[in-house]
Amino acid sequence: MKQEGLKDMALDADWAERWVRRTAEVIADAKGELTELDRQIGDGDHGENLDRGFKAVVARLDDVAAEPAPPGERTVGDVLKLVATTLMSTVGGAAGPLYGTAYLRAAKVSGRPQIDPPAVVAVLEAALEGVASRGKATVGEKTMVDAWHAAVEAGEAAAGDGGSEVDVLRAAAEAADTAATGTIPLIATKGRASYLGERSAGHEDPGARSTALVLGAALAAALSGPTPADPRSAA
Amino acid sequence: MTARVALVLVSHSVELARGVAELAEQMAPDVLIRGVGGRPDGGLGTSLDAVQKALEEVLTTLADNTPGDSPGGGADGSGVVVLGDLGSSVLTVEAVLELDESLTERVVLARAPFVEGAVAAAVTAHGGADLGTVLESAASSIRMFAAIEATQAPEAGEATSGGEPEGSRTVTVRNPLGLHARPAALVSRKVAELGATVTIDGVDASSVLQLMALGATQGRELRVEATGERAAEAVATVVEMIDGGFGEV
Repeated sequence: MKQEGLKDMALDADWAERWVRRTAEVIADAKGELTELDRQIGDGDHGENLDRGFKAVVARLDDVAAEPAPPGERTVGDVLKLVATTLMSTVGGAAGPLYGTAYLRAAKVSGRPQIDPPAVVAVLEAALEGVASRGKATVGEKTMVDAWHAAVEAGEAAAGDGGSEVDVLRAAAEAADTAATGTIPLIATKGRASYLGERSAGHEDPGARSTALVLGAALAAALSGPTPADPRSAA
Repeated sequence: MTARVALVLVSHSVELARGVAELAEQMAPDVLIRGVGGRPDGGLGTSLDAVQKALEEVLTTLADNTPGDSPGGGADGSGVVVLGDLGSSVLTVEAVLELDESLTERVVLARAPFVEGAVAAAVTAHGGADLGTVLESAASSIRMFAAIEATQAPEAGEATSGGEPEGSRTVTVRNPLGLHARPAALVSRKVAELGATVTIDGVDASSVLQLMALGATQGRELRVEATGERAAEAVATVVEMIDGGFGEV
């Protein structure tokens, strides 16, 4: 049910780049909130670490933008892989390899110039699988897996109903947001928060919240389309 | 550097990683050991780039040192054992191995306590052991605490030794610090080389960690026992080493 006349919604490499740049912005805005969440049940560095990582990603994207690939040759996976290796080299804490593996696995299933709704679901699934296997966590343990898992389920349902790329991303982002809030009453059994046991209940998991922000940025990037401010579309 | 297995120690703190590398190097001077840690900006954390670079350098050095045209890995039993200290260093190493699958036949991640595993792996590698043996040595270091408790429990000594020893002598420790790190490494390396099964006061004498845990200082009487083909020779050699005071008397 793709709608005609909405070509700017195509999920291509430029969308992936807008997604990542927007993620850097929302993470920077939420840095204090994420760090505060992490201070309550972790070691208080999630916001700082992710902000440092995504700022480094933007710097790398700027470097790449100086020598752009010929149109149509850059894949969604190229962008996601750059995110993966940069996060793993600069975040420092566990979020580096966790998010890094999510982007890396997502990159492996998106090595093409543009992705359709089933491919968006595949990207989400690959990211979930990456986070879950690297962190050895499953659903309900008060981790970012909870948000990724909800996003996959909702995205699958939307794609199954014949939804567009934007429909899939909207369903995923909304589900991740709800799931992040849903971690509040849970008792952590994985990650640093598990050291607190029952005292971890009553606090939102910072990783689940940052996941919701990342997926919210993916939707926003798809809705906004290329803008003149985008260095690639201006080129 | 003659050992065919090298170690890379990954920590959140570069000082911790280098400190443990220094300690292990002192006990196993023939082994290439690299400590890597910290974020690019100097803060605490681990960086994929830094770990990749360290592995690359160590693999290159290893290949240069390997006789013939061996690529420094795989079939000849050479390679790199990696240890990580906590969460993200272990995750980062796993991610490095996932990013470059060609590494997996030459680089293995040990599930082991950082300090004890590094020391045990280094001493085992020093004797020329292959990748699998060094990995096992690192991994088995986690059982050291239980092994020591068993030998220190009352009346436990005999129960843990298998069969009658074919050689048995007592020797008194002569150097003031006794079986500290360097002498313990010398003894355990010698025992591994001899091939006999040797115990000192009931602990496995090929395990540098167990020897150090004896806490045997000057004046302590130790019972050296051995089984196997060259048992008598092994006992005599170890007794001579301890009696010689390791050049510290």
